[in-house]
Amino acid sequence: MNEAPAKILYCRCAFAQTVPEASKNAVLEGLCESGASFESVADLCEMSARKDPRLAGIVSDGGPVRIAACYPRAVKWLLHHAGCPLPEDGRVEILNMRDTPPETVVEELLRDTPSPAA
Amino acid sequence: MKQELHPVQVVLYEGLGAEPWEGGRRLAVTASLLDQGYSVLRITPAAAETEGLRTTDGHPLIVLGSFTGPKPEIVDDGGHLRVATRDTAGLEADDILHLVATARDELGADLNRPGQPGAWKPWFPVIDYDRCTNCMQCLSFCLFDVYGVDADKRIQVQNNDNCKTNCPACSRVCPEVAIMFPKYVSGPINGEEVKQEDVARESMKIDISSLLGGDIYSSLRNRSEKAKSRFSKERSPDKALDERKRCLVQLQQSGIIPAEVLAELDLSSLPSPEAIQRKARELTALREAR
Repeated sequence: MNEAPAKILYCRCAFAQTVPEASKNAVLEGLCESGASFESVADLCEMSARKDPRLAGIVSDGGPVRIAACYPRAVKWLLHHAGCPLPEDGRVEILNMRDTPPETVVEELLRDTPSPAA
Repeated sequence: MKQELHPVQVVLYEGLGAEPWEGGRRLAVTASLLDQGYSVLRITPAAAETEGLRTTDGHPLIVLGSFTGPKPEIVDDGGHLRVATRDTAGLEADDILHLVATARDELGADLNRPGQPGAWKPWFPVIDYDRCTNCMQCLSFCLFDVYGVDADKRIQVQNNDNCKTNCPACSRVCPEVAIMFPKYVSGPINGEEVKQEDVARESMKIDISSLLGGDIYSSLRNRSEKAKSRFSKERSPDKALDERKRCLVQLQQSGIIPAEVLAELDLSSLPSPEAIQRKARELTALREAR
């Protein structure tokens, strides 16, 4: 049985330099070189402040989601603030680009994703 | 805030009827668009087949691709299609960025652009409801009406825009370390997991009680000395009071609040328990009256 591939969301944190530049560039490069579809946003905080309905579209369709952003506690409650609380069933994973080496973030994001050549 | 702004989503389309993007060009275009405030969605052939292309309630969409066949069909859930499709075959990254800017203008779509004049830096408090005890200290401490209460009398962030950029003062005085500013540099204010030394809960409560009849500066000085070795430097009523005062003085200097109003405010102390309860009652009554 084929499981639906995880949705991938990458936050650029474009309005601040809180995520190290090298880290977020390396993660984006990893995603761009992969064979995966992914959604990337300029700034999750900014979308949360505007309660952007696109966020609900990303997390609420029942499939697995992997988010590359910052501290999981912050991301969880940013999404709550945006009106789309994360499900408690563990299907949403948050990867912290502030603290985690970028290669680990990329590896986790692309787990089970076919390679570009496949 | 600019809730009427809907960031334009750019789709790098690589599904049926389009060539895949070359890796370097995909990265350059994606990174530049994100840095300019756009959202970017990459759609591979597999995703194009299973999910198709959707837009949310008429939010503007710019679809880019090197098309070799019919252009992709787009489903608009809200029935207000605002889509521009552009062929990028043979274009360099800079040309593509120019193409996107022109398409955005044609769609009449507005964008909050990082680093540009008039851009709004998303700086506002985010509440961790796993920790919040609804004590209302933040509601009372913040003088800019950032906080309010919901229909269940639960504290909430009500006016993002009122928050003063780079001021995390309410977070410093939250007894439960439940307020985060994700763009702040240090933990636990930035959302890092809370450590035992961050929870100066008892200390905060003692400070509030001592304010009822005591000298705030003397009590804070004593507390600071005792706490230096035990508590996180970021959890500091001293810093919070200074930051709040700085924000008010800036407003006064900009002519937004008159000097005499500022002079009447007590800026040297944390709110007393009575003041906290009074403000919570006022806001609840205001909400019920609406």
